[in-house]
Amino acid sequence: MSIPFNFRLTDFPVEAETLRLEVREFLSSALVDVPKETRAETWYGADEGFSRKVGERGWIGLSWPTEYGGSGRSAMERYVVLEEMLTAGAPVGAHWIADRQSGPLIIRYGTPEQQEKILPGILRGETYFCIGMSEPDSGSDLAALRTKAEKKGNKYIVNGTKLWTSGAQRCQYMIALFRTSKEEDRHGGFSQFIVDLSLPGVTIRPIIDLAGRHHFNEVVFEDVEVPETMLVGKEGDGWNQVTAELALERSGPERYLSSYALLQELIKEFSERNDYEGVTEIGRQMAHLTTLRQMSVSVAGMLNDGENPALEASVVKDLGAVFEQDLPNIAHRLMDLEPDNQGNDFQKYLAILTQISPSFSLRGGTREILRGIIARGLGLR
Amino acid sequence: MTDETSQLLSDTAEKLFSDHVTKNCIIDAEKGTWPDELWSEVIANGFNLILVPEELGGVGGNWMNAGILFKALGRYQAPIPLAENIVASYILSLAGISQPTDSILTILNGAFVAENDLLSGSSPRTPFASYSTHGVVLYKDGSDLKVGLIEIDKNNLKDNNNIALENRGHIELDKVSFIENSKVDCDSNLVKKLGALMRSNQMAGALESILTQSVRYANERIQFGRPIGKFQAIQQDLAVLSTHVAASSVAADYACSSMDKGNPDFAIAVAKSRIDDAVSVGAGIAHQVHGAIGFTYEHGLHFATRRLWAWRAEYGSGSEWSKVLGEKAISNGADKFWPSITQGDLDI
Repeated sequence: MSIPFNFRLTDFPVEAETLRLEVREFLSSALVDVPKETRAETWYGADEGFSRKVGERGWIGLSWPTEYGGSGRSAMERYVVLEEMLTAGAPVGAHWIADRQSGPLIIRYGTPEQQEKILPGILRGETYFCIGMSEPDSGSDLAALRTKAEKKGNKYIVNGTKLWTSGAQRCQYMIALFRTSKEEDRHGGFSQFIVDLSLPGVTIRPIIDLAGRHHFNEVVFEDVEVPETMLVGKEGDGWNQVTAELALERSGPERYLSSYALLQELIKEFSERNDYEGVTEIGRQMAHLTTLRQMSVSVAGMLNDGENPALEASVVKDLGAVFEQDLPNIAHRLMDLEPDNQGNDFQKYLAILTQISPSFSLRGGTREILRGIIARGLGLR
Repeated sequence: MTDETSQLLSDTAEKLFSDHVTKNCIIDAEKGTWPDELWSEVIANGFNLILVPEELGGVGGNWMNAGILFKALGRYQAPIPLAENIVASYILSLAGISQPTDSILTILNGAFVAENDLLSGSSPRTPFASYSTHGVVLYKDGSDLKVGLIEIDKNNLKDNNNIALENRGHIELDKVSFIENSKVDCDSNLVKKLGALMRSNQMAGALESILTQSVRYANERIQFGRPIGKFQAIQQDLAVLSTHVAASSVAADYACSSMDKGNPDFAIAVAKSRIDDAVSVGAGIAHQVHGAIGFTYEHGLHFATRRLWAWRAEYGSGSEWSKVLGEKAISNGADKFWPSITQGDLDI
């Protein structure tokens, strides 16, 4: 057996480092009024005004081809924009999903009409997407999903329920995976659709999370008539299309930077007090963070070269989630301060991140599923 | 070196070590037999001179190339001081000193004073000292930093081993004269940093070895009527091990690449710190998966795990290097934290 991973180091090109400074400059003024609570949530914090400003800069769809209105720049430059936004605590949540995967999906599989209709709004930071995958009886076992889209004339009639749909309340569209036929192959018979969430028969109900926030939703479809022109790619090819998105979804800087604000706040506390109590632990976390970043950048480089580093992406996401989840516990151990929504900045970050950290190893593929994928890569399954 | 020559180097090292580093070779070395044939092959291929410039009779490779050899040494647990000789010959080359013919070098690491070009001081735990003909030392002479080459005198040497039974001799010098010495312009802490760099890479290689051994064993060992690797509990553990192996390899590469770019302090500290954590988790999982057989001398897993346990503590433990990182991060302040990571530099 040989090691099935290939993480070769990737350097950022000069233009990416120039762009980094532009982004820092922009953020130094754009974030002044963003509250700490929103900053702590990084890519789950949404601010539509901010998203429009990012769109004006041309930083949404940065690496999309110019014929689709993108800036045609490299995946490495896009990576720089993302990591700078996340570490600064920019509220990128509104446009995040559309920029990361819905837009690229529509560019890859969509029709010219779909592209013309939808991409410009995404690029302006005005059109937002959510992902419709999980259902009440289909979590990790995605192939168990039951929401049906039945072809009737030039429409598909959709019935069923999507669950844990993040941000649906502010999105115009959902990229949804529906069952379009019953197949022998358990991965067959799925199709992806762009669903306009304002269609009659769509009901979005909030699900409040343990921290009292409204991110999750239940989205119910009752005889919703989706025009056949909103099918993405080929009918029945949904499973393959979805799995092709996974490397994009699992390896980005959002997979290890979710608790970054807390680490920075910890350093701030220590610096101000001139306290070196937790110095070794801070250094350790710095080593973990730096290594994760090099791994994640390596995957970005592979994606930029047109490879499909799905296994490497799973490794990044698994290690990244462990890192993100450790930080609130480490911060608790090092500081004698209660998590407190009304406390100082550190306490606010601690309050939010402690509570939302369980989601880090659930969203985008659970820890167990990722490790199963890695075990398969190792030749164990 | 181009990508192609790197590949050639990698293939040559793999072939050489897989042919020569047999289990018996390691066992004999642990009993004190010098692996003459293996060493001759390594020298014949010029591996020890990988970092010495061509004009000084070396190969003229870079640290990424050296990293390939360091990792291969760890992967095969080759019981020879090749990593040390690569680093020692590099330090000599910095001072323009050429290596004596047929010499085996070790690196002295400790506190030294020089008076009238005579060196005193001690170097505890000097790698493979008992098998070395010469020692390379970086020392302060007044305000000058110098590199010196001395002969190893067995009378000044007390034998010792690390827990992997690699020779770590204690050298005590009292007004010893140099074969050659010369001023050098480099970091005064260079020996420790390069030591941490080579051990980090060797550990990354040894971690690969315990992963491949564990996966192989899990696919072969049958319990409850099927290979234990079919059980999810084992699969999940091995997946965790593999993520640490991947991280270690990246951290080690990052240190080598930063060395090539001339700005290695941050990356070396990151590598030694990160890989130390990987060893703690990884060696534990490998042994757990192997069960009792992996705990026997008969089985070869321990050749890698004992090295990992020894190496993680050499040239500064992970904690020590974490402290270097943490102190800088705190004194730099929160605003410089992220820029120091994107620039790979603590002194910004």
